Amino acid sequence: MLGIAVLAALLPLAVSWLGFVFTVAIGKGLAALGVAILLRAGMISIGHALFFAIGAYAIAFLMRDAAIGELVTLFACATLITAAAGLVVGAFMVRYRGIFFAMLNLAVSMVFFTLLSKLYRLTGGTDGMRVPTPSLLGMELSRPAFEQALHLIAIAIMVGVALITDRYLKSPLGQALSAIATNEVRLEFIGVSARGVLLVAYIASAALAGLGGALSAVAIGHVVPEFSYWTLSGQLVLIAVLGGIGGVPGAFIGAFFLELVRTFAVGFAAEAWNAIIGISLLVVIFFLPEGLFGLLQRLETRMRGRKS
Amino acid sequence: MLANYAPLIVDGLADAALIFFVAVGLTLVFSVLHILNVAHGSFYSLGAYLSVVIGSFVAGRGWPVLSFFALVISPFLVTVALGPLIERTLLRWTYGRPEALQILVTFGLFLILEDAQKLIFGVQPYSQDTPMLLLGTSQIAGIVYLNYQLLLIGLAIVVAIGLRLLLKRTGIGKLIVAVVADQEIARALGIDASRVFMLAFSLGVFLAALGGALASPTVGVSPGLGAETIVLAFAVAAIGGLGQIEGAALAAILVGLARSAAIYFMPEFQPVVPYLVMLAVLLVRPYGLFGSIGLRRV
Repeated sequence: MLGIAVLAALLPLAVSWLGFVFTVAIGKGLAALGVAILLRAGMISIGHALFFAIGAYAIAFLMRDAAIGELVTLFACATLITAAAGLVVGAFMVRYRGIFFAMLNLAVSMVFFTLLSKLYRLTGGTDGMRVPTPSLLGMELSRPAFEQALHLIAIAIMVGVALITDRYLKSPLGQALSAIATNEVRLEFIGVSARGVLLVAYIASAALAGLGGALSAVAIGHVVPEFSYWTLSGQLVLIAVLGGIGGVPGAFIGAFFLELVRTFAVGFAAEAWNAIIGISLLVVIFFLPEGLFGLLQRLETRMRGRKS
Repeated sequence: MLANYAPLIVDGLADAALIFFVAVGLTLVFSVLHILNVAHGSFYSLGAYLSVVIGSFVAGRGWPVLSFFALVISPFLVTVALGPLIERTLLRWTYGRPEALQILVTFGLFLILEDAQKLIFGVQPYSQDTPMLLLGTSQIAGIVYLNYQLLLIGLAIVVAIGLRLLLKRTGIGKLIVAVVADQEIARALGIDASRVFMLAFSLGVFLAALGGALASPTVGVSPGLGAETIVLAFAVAAIGGLGQIEGAALAAILVGLARSAAIYFMPEFQPVVPYLVMLAVLLVRPYGLFGSIGLRRV
């Protein structure tokens, strides 16, 4: 994890435009980590773009209507708002399993997408809303300086969130998630409420997706309804599985990989970058069952073996 | 009073017919292969593209009647080209793997097919109206209806009954039912389950492409059609109870009527309607209208 963070911090020093790419990648990585938490319990959500969009639009609304201009406050508020949304939606979702869980998440996110694009007066419709540059701890920074600062903040958030999520997944509450995937009925027989465990996980995953959306909104400077379209949800699941759901770093590795491929693909094959992503996804699924993270781990053990 | 709503109902039923073709294909594939095919909508848009291209070509050559032939031949072409190929190569890998993985494989396929369509057909919208114009209109009780819409409703009924008969009365249908009921026992009895899988998947592809081809005279065909269609098909299949053909039919009628009512009364929110119906139905019946509750294994 530390290795990725150092790499993500140092590379843009050499290639400056990578800073923006990495910030957006971390935003998606956070959301994908949320999806990965639910995947632990064997629950696949094709609707987490909902929380990504709620986080992003929360920033836009807070800046426009509540006149909050401080980055730290904005992130905190956006995360809390999405966590609250996660509680409301989650209370309904945890009753469902398997395909129905996936599809209900999809349905709710699509309803939200339609509302975002149709309530023109409130949300700017399909044009979206502009997100001005917030201040940072009271300082008004110029856009380039702000982007650099945001990049470092994103890395700090990534490391912090990764540590907390790791602790959570290793705690009994997190371990119970794997138990739900293996056998939910047995979990209930030992007196643990499966729905309670799932609700906590759902709220956590929603908050993560919201924070990711908030980060992306500030980095991109614009929010559009497409943030909650189902193809983004699909991308988030893709990132989570591409990276490997075995460990917390997987989601971020997957996100960096995806954003880099996208950046390069737009350069030489703009029309076909989705197809390139699709093909690399199939290659990873068929040839690297543990994901990119598993591949890195295997390389690491092999290197260590050679040294000793 | 009722006469005022008759056009609304016919619009809704014609819409329902188109939704039914896609949703029933999705539900059929799910019931046999236990895979939720995210790429299903892409077969729909492929069928639509192909029928518009072939239809405009033959109409341009002076045989407008042949555009009906295009509506029928294009789903066959899509099915023959992609159905067995995709099942044999991609999906076969995923049987018995976790659900998330299966959905992702089809999502990868969706991404590839969507871009392939953009590369082949470009990003400009296509449309054709020859079949609609040829059939003209008819006047019933003082109200003018499009004959094409009536044809759609009739075709949907024929397909629904045809599927029912296929599954209940024919040999291959009984094999499909046996594999759905218990794959292991079916294999033990000597049924070639992998052939049944391939047939069922190809049938699903055909139904989706047929829906797309038949829809092409009524809507514009442009990129993003597949993505839109698949979520609608998901909603309808879930309302009906996954794997239930009658369920898909009833759900398609519900959603079609609700959509045309929405266009009439609050056109802005027409896209939300299918999901609201879905949320309402699943709130009351968590496994859909015709779905049955699975056993919880200890």
